[in-house]
Amino acid sequence: MPGLSINSITKRFADFAAVDDISLSVPDGKFVCLLGPSGCGKTTLLRMIAGLEEPTSGAIVLDGDDITRVPTHKRNLGMVFQSLALFPHLTVGENIAYALRIRGASKDDQRKRVDELLAMIHLTGFADRPVAKLSGGQRQRVAIARALALSPKLFLLDEPLSALDAKLREAMQVELRQLQQRLGITTIVVTHDQREAMTMADLVVVMGKGKILQAASPIEIYRKPADAFVADFIGITNLLPAEADSAGRTTVLGAAVPGVALPTGSAKATISIRPEDIHFSSPGAGAIAGTVSFVRDLGGTVETFVEAGGTTIVAVATPRERPNVSVGQAIGVVLPPESCVVLQP
Amino acid sequence: MRREPPRSLADYAPLFFPALMLIVFFVVPFSIMIAVSFFKRNPAGFYTPDFVFDNYARFLTTFFGSVLGFSLLLAILVAVCCVVIAFPFTYLLTKRSRAVQTVWLVGLLSVLSLSEVIIGFAWSTLFSRTAGITNLFVAIGLMKEPVALLPSFWAVLTGMVYQALPYTILVLYPALVRLDPTLLEAARTLGASPVRAFFNVVTPALRNTIVATLIMVFVFALGSYLLPQILGRPSNWTLSVLITDQAIYQSNMPFAAAMAVFLVLISLALVGLTLLAGRKENAL
Repeated sequence: MPGLSINSITKRFADFAAVDDISLSVPDGKFVCLLGPSGCGKTTLLRMIAGLEEPTSGAIVLDGDDITRVPTHKRNLGMVFQSLALFPHLTVGENIAYALRIRGASKDDQRKRVDELLAMIHLTGFADRPVAKLSGGQRQRVAIARALALSPKLFLLDEPLSALDAKLREAMQVELRQLQQRLGITTIVVTHDQREAMTMADLVVVMGKGKILQAASPIEIYRKPADAFVADFIGITNLLPAEADSAGRTTVLGAAVPGVALPTGSAKATISIRPEDIHFSSPGAGAIAGTVSFVRDLGGTVETFVEAGGTTIVAVATPRERPNVSVGQAIGVVLPPESCVVLQP
Repeated sequence: MRREPPRSLADYAPLFFPALMLIVFFVVPFSIMIAVSFFKRNPAGFYTPDFVFDNYARFLTTFFGSVLGFSLLLAILVAVCCVVIAFPFTYLLTKRSRAVQTVWLVGLLSVLSLSEVIIGFAWSTLFSRTAGITNLFVAIGLMKEPVALLPSFWAVLTGMVYQALPYTILVLYPALVRLDPTLLEAARTLGASPVRAFFNVVTPALRNTIVATLIMVFVFALGSYLLPQILGRPSNWTLSVLITDQAIYQSNMPFAAAMAVFLVLISLALVGLTLLAGRKENAL
């Protein structure tokens, strides 16, 4: 069975479980993002897959072989570290060729493979440069090329782009995704940046407190977050209280939202609705009554903040869609039922 | 922190005091010593001012040549032993918990508080026939009867390595603590066994530190004076012992001064060599 599967793995440090009984199956050739706030156990999970950390219990199976107790250097994987960990005493070419040198490849083979990899990362001709003379983005590419030198079965990256500035990071995300698609290599990236996860991943695994909160495709995580934590962590969302009125209809902040059913047996719940899904109307029946408290016009998008029933609702639209909103205006907020997600309590 | 090149004389003010101390306590005495090394010895009294090379010419005798050679060899050996022992030790120490590291470092610092005399006599007891470690070996059946391990070259070497080891560890420690642990992990993910990764990555990444430490211990051991006399035979005596002998017992100040100048020159040459090696590394 090709691919990576993680079977109820746990890692305890003294009295606290960094990774708590996690199971995950990664099909061959897929790009997975482990996403979560710092301290959620995502890096520990990655390090266990790499063999740099020994699991307290559980098993890691790669292509049908149990590799839980296989030492790192026999696992056939490539890893990019947060610090990049390029060897400072070696040149770009020697860094990339390190894995080949360890396995006793001939000088010619090493050079050929290095040239191939340098072409892949658009750094042809950089082989003889010292690592210290590279820019941040170039180091990043060299670290990626070094990890891929042996065409490993598994490509692991630990917050690989965190040292780059915002623009370069966005460009590298696209490049990394395209590279992974071209090579078809099973890839696992640890990140705390939800944009990064949305850009690159086939499968986003949101983690919190050592557990998986939701594992699904990026768009499903965005559209159908499992709980308030996931909804809030991925993008911007409005978390609003919903309750059933005397007639059994669901209402949010005093306005009926037909077609949204609360979980059976409960009279209260939280719903999540994305800012871009919110519509405005003139104040009146069927809409939440609110007052515009702030307008942030960013040129490409307009964010409107509406005070309603003691909470602030954020709505996003293009300036063309929403031209005439001003602070202090009384307004009606409409929640399209199909965009409301009732969260598990 | 912003650094600006000093502009006015006042910017150099903080240097005045250390410069003064250096001149009074180093430059002046050392200049006098250099001058004396060219003086002529007066067997009846002390020495008479002159400018002769006789004192330096005496180095060319086999006796002084061999003592100098032995001193250099001993210092090199001490430096190599210290770094070979201290480097893996310090590396493993930095992998322990904070508390364990503190205990070890405090212990090492307390060794530094021992004077050379105490270290010398402690080892001479440990290496003696009557009360030494060989009695322990006899007790556990490794040896038939206790033997004296001194005076000998190995006793001198052991004593000097013991004395220099804490310095070596304390010099290596900051560099090893700052070493990025992911370098080693990266090497392991690329297929290097932990031992191989250590020699491929940690050692070369710290090459400058290692060379600097070697030089430091070498210079430190070159000045060793007491331990060779307490633990060694006369054939194990170093140039420092000879200098003292000439200066105090033979009253031959000019010759002693010449030897001292020579010793300082060798030390300086080696420090210069390290700096040169360091610069070459940076230029790469």
